[in-house]
Amino acid sequence: MHIPDGFLDGKTAGVAAALSVCGVGMALRQVKRELPPRKTSLLGLSAAFLFAAQMVNFPILGGTSGHLIGSALITALLGLAPAIVVMTAVLIVQCFLFSDGGVVALGANVFNMAVLGCVTAHFSFHAARRAMPGTRGEVAAVAFAGWCAVVAGAITCAAQLAWSGRLPWTTAFPAMALLHMLIGIGEGLISALVYLAIVRARPDLANTSSPTHAPPWTSVTLGMAVALGIAIFLAPFASTLPDGLESVAQRFGFEHAAVAPPVSAPMPDYEVPGISWSVGATAVAGAAGTVIVFLLALALGRLLVPRKQSATPG
Amino acid sequence: MSWLPHSHFTHSDSIVHRMRPDVKLACAFALILATALAPGHWTAWYAAVFALLTGATLVSRVPLKFVIQRLLLLSPFILAIAAVNAFHPDVRTPWQVVAAKSLLSLLAVLLVTLTTPFGKILQVLRRAKVPALLITTMALMHRYLFVLADESERMQRARLSRTFRKRKGIWWRLSASVVSQLFVRASQRAERIYDAMCARGWK
Repeated sequence: MHIPDGFLDGKTAGVAAALSVCGVGMALRQVKRELPPRKTSLLGLSAAFLFAAQMVNFPILGGTSGHLIGSALITALLGLAPAIVVMTAVLIVQCFLFSDGGVVALGANVFNMAVLGCVTAHFSFHAARRAMPGTRGEVAAVAFAGWCAVVAGAITCAAQLAWSGRLPWTTAFPAMALLHMLIGIGEGLISALVYLAIVRARPDLANTSSPTHAPPWTSVTLGMAVALGIAIFLAPFASTLPDGLESVAQRFGFEHAAVAPPVSAPMPDYEVPGISWSVGATAVAGAAGTVIVFLLALALGRLLVPRKQSATPG
Repeated sequence: MSWLPHSHFTHSDSIVHRMRPDVKLACAFALILATALAPGHWTAWYAAVFALLTGATLVSRVPLKFVIQRLLLLSPFILAIAAVNAFHPDVRTPWQVVAAKSLLSLLAVLLVTLTTPFGKILQVLRRAKVPALLITTMALMHRYLFVLADESERMQRARLSRTFRKRKGIWWRLSASVVSQLFVRASQRAERIYDAMCARGWK
């Protein structure tokens, strides 16, 4: 999901970079305020850990193998703001040291995988944790959060590519979303297994993300910033009706003043029902997939954690 | 470490190596920005950038084989774009332009990272007012990345030598336990590193 350079145009890269700077800035401020000094080195080591963990292969069908991406795992282990800082560091080092992902596209990559990934993971983790008590609920929540983070990042990635005019939305969205719904299953499973193993080995390490750790308003502000970002990236494709900006322009009568529409649909000719059903079908599949994965995650939690182990707070 | 030979090249000597890191980074950034965001068919510009970067690569004597390997890693993205273009011929940007832009930008990044030690890059970022916490995190990550990667390799080898039959269900759990041990060890190491940092007068 690392977007290389040349795949984004100026406005998309600029908007994404601005959103990332805001999101990472907020996360850094919160970490500085809240994190005990002893944990400063843990951020760097967690980033190095994520890199090393990505070298451990998990076999999938037919000789292929996958690896951990880790935004949900690290969010569950460290909490939201530290996780954003860690993921950002990972992405910057990957960009400079391994030329993985572009320099101009760095803002977009940080937004998709660090800011959006961790915020999605944080909210889906805490929402899903309420469904089942104890360790079972946590393991299920990590699995669900891993899936959600991967799919959310893939969707905004597709939107950014389409907004830049590099790929048509009707192709990019179904392809990216469906592919990452599959990848997300592996990610959720690996995250849950690793999380459970950590809880069993060192329960104290997995406890830092208790809700009391961060005041809820900071996560809510971050969540709203991310929602704004999603709105910006997805708005041009959300409906075939004239979008909000256009209707405002019409109401105030300055639609002719604009030299060019700020956002032209990537392919106006294709906005016919015959093609855009693929987008609709993918959206429905995504919604159904979310429910199914949530139920699967709960089943996984039950399967992995015996009842009496789950009772101990962990 | 065969999978990451960067550090072998950053300390050799050439005009490109001797350039001031901040000037080099600024030049590379300007070049990438201009290339990645150039509108459409600026063939002459792409050719000029290509000539400049190839010349610099040859002068800096970084091994071409390594550069070409890295460039080839980009090809899945470019093939995907080309495939989409084949089905939707009226996409605004043809795939050749996208390919040229990404290859040139990647070449520029490679040239900078292969001729500049990562610590120097961090110094430039620090002077560019990137928050200190992020710099510290990146510096620690860079320092311990290879240590943990080696540790991960050793743990996997140890696991392999103790697992005689390869069953998939077990395999995932074993790999997960390797990753979890990696995290446990990383956080223990983090504690020790913090003590060492304090002992040397950090903050």
